[in-house]
Amino acid sequence: MYPFNYHRPGTLADAVKLAGADEAKIMAGGMTLLPTMKQRLAAPSDIVDLNGLGLSGITVASGKVTIGAMTRHADVAGSAELQKAIPALAELAGMIGDPMVRHRGTIGGSVANDDPAADYPSACLALGATIVTNTREMSAEDFFVGLFETALQPGEIITKIIFPVPEKANYQKFRNPASRYAIVGVFVAKFASGVRVAVTGAGSGGVFRQNDFEAALSKDFSAKAIEGIAQSADSLNSDIHADAAYRAHLIGVMARRAVEAAR
Amino acid sequence: MASVTLSVNGKSVTRDVDARTLLVEFLREHMRLTGTHVGCDTTQCGCCTVHVNGEAMKSCTLLAVAVDGATITTIEGLAKGQDLHPMQAAFREHHGLQCGFCTPGMIMSAVDMVRRKGTDLDDKTIREELEGNICRCTGYHNIVKAIHYGAEAMGKAGTAAE
Repeated sequence: MYPFNYHRPGTLADAVKLAGADEAKIMAGGMTLLPTMKQRLAAPSDIVDLNGLGLSGITVASGKVTIGAMTRHADVAGSAELQKAIPALAELAGMIGDPMVRHRGTIGGSVANDDPAADYPSACLALGATIVTNTREMSAEDFFVGLFETALQPGEIITKIIFPVPEKANYQKFRNPASRYAIVGVFVAKFASGVRVAVTGAGSGGVFRQNDFEAALSKDFSAKAIEGIAQSADSLNSDIHADAAYRAHLIGVMARRAVEAAR
Repeated sequence: MASVTLSVNGKSVTRDVDARTLLVEFLREHMRLTGTHVGCDTTQCGCCTVHVNGEAMKSCTLLAVAVDGATITTIEGLAKGQDLHPMQAAFREHHGLQCGFCTPGMIMSAVDMVRRKGTDLDDKTIREELEGNICRCTGYHNIVKAIHYGAEAMGKAGTAAE
């Protein structure tokens, strides 16, 4: 690691001020940032550690689940309230990394990092979540811009994420057998107003919605309804783990499994 | 330099360290507690697993300064004098190791697993929960067996709630 100045501010206002510095980086759980710094792929001048701010906790009220940005994956996975309201989201959190990583990594950090193979972005997009920062509220559509790229401005800090409670939902993840990251992950959410389907791990521009599946499932919420719908391999990733055609195939398989498992 | 105070295995320690110091470096190099190992240094192998405020974490991916004030338990903190912790005893009894390099992390993960999942662990649960610990020798069979019996023994000894 290259040297840096470490800060653990006690208030959001101080954190915002410190994070505005030119080469500053915000650290939540640090489960991605620290390995990146150790490989010298990142060399921030200042680390602004958010662990002194609180910003954690889960509340369920009037059809919405609010999760503080610093809530650990293990606490999302283990929340009895969330397991009742949106079981798919709790299950997704329990599939991230391993138990030790889940004790430290946070939902805000994962969403802000926007790794194209991360799990949470698919839940945010499929559930139509609202990302709340110190200055504004954004829809997931507006928030996720591309690979590791979000609408966050320098010094802007996510404080919480608000998820509408669906009628039913499910997340299916096809893991890379070695890294356990999603080669393809599909989150399906059924609302009274229609069905939303978001895909992670596959898109060359990051997480995206599968509109053809959504239209068919909104009419008929069954695996059969999307059986004949082809997912194009254009703009999907090809790498040593899976080529675009295989990922396209997996999107259909994972989506059908998610529909069948939705509750 | 930053001042870091930790409670490690029941003893309070304060050291001035570079902000870059990882928790595992603090433990191994500053405190000479070399039971916590560095296998991969990339958050994958789990050899560096310790308990931070009672929860298992990978000490190669934590800044010491970021856990200032925390209570840390390492593999050296499990035994009571000459008496091995029930999980350590189970690893010995069931030969849950070959070279032993991953063993401290395996045992710290196993004790955390019992805290979260209870003392009656089936093989499927144990294997799933060992996602973050890699062993290159054993093929895991005896590790899983050791954790099963170690968890049972922790229940009998009443150490599961600790």
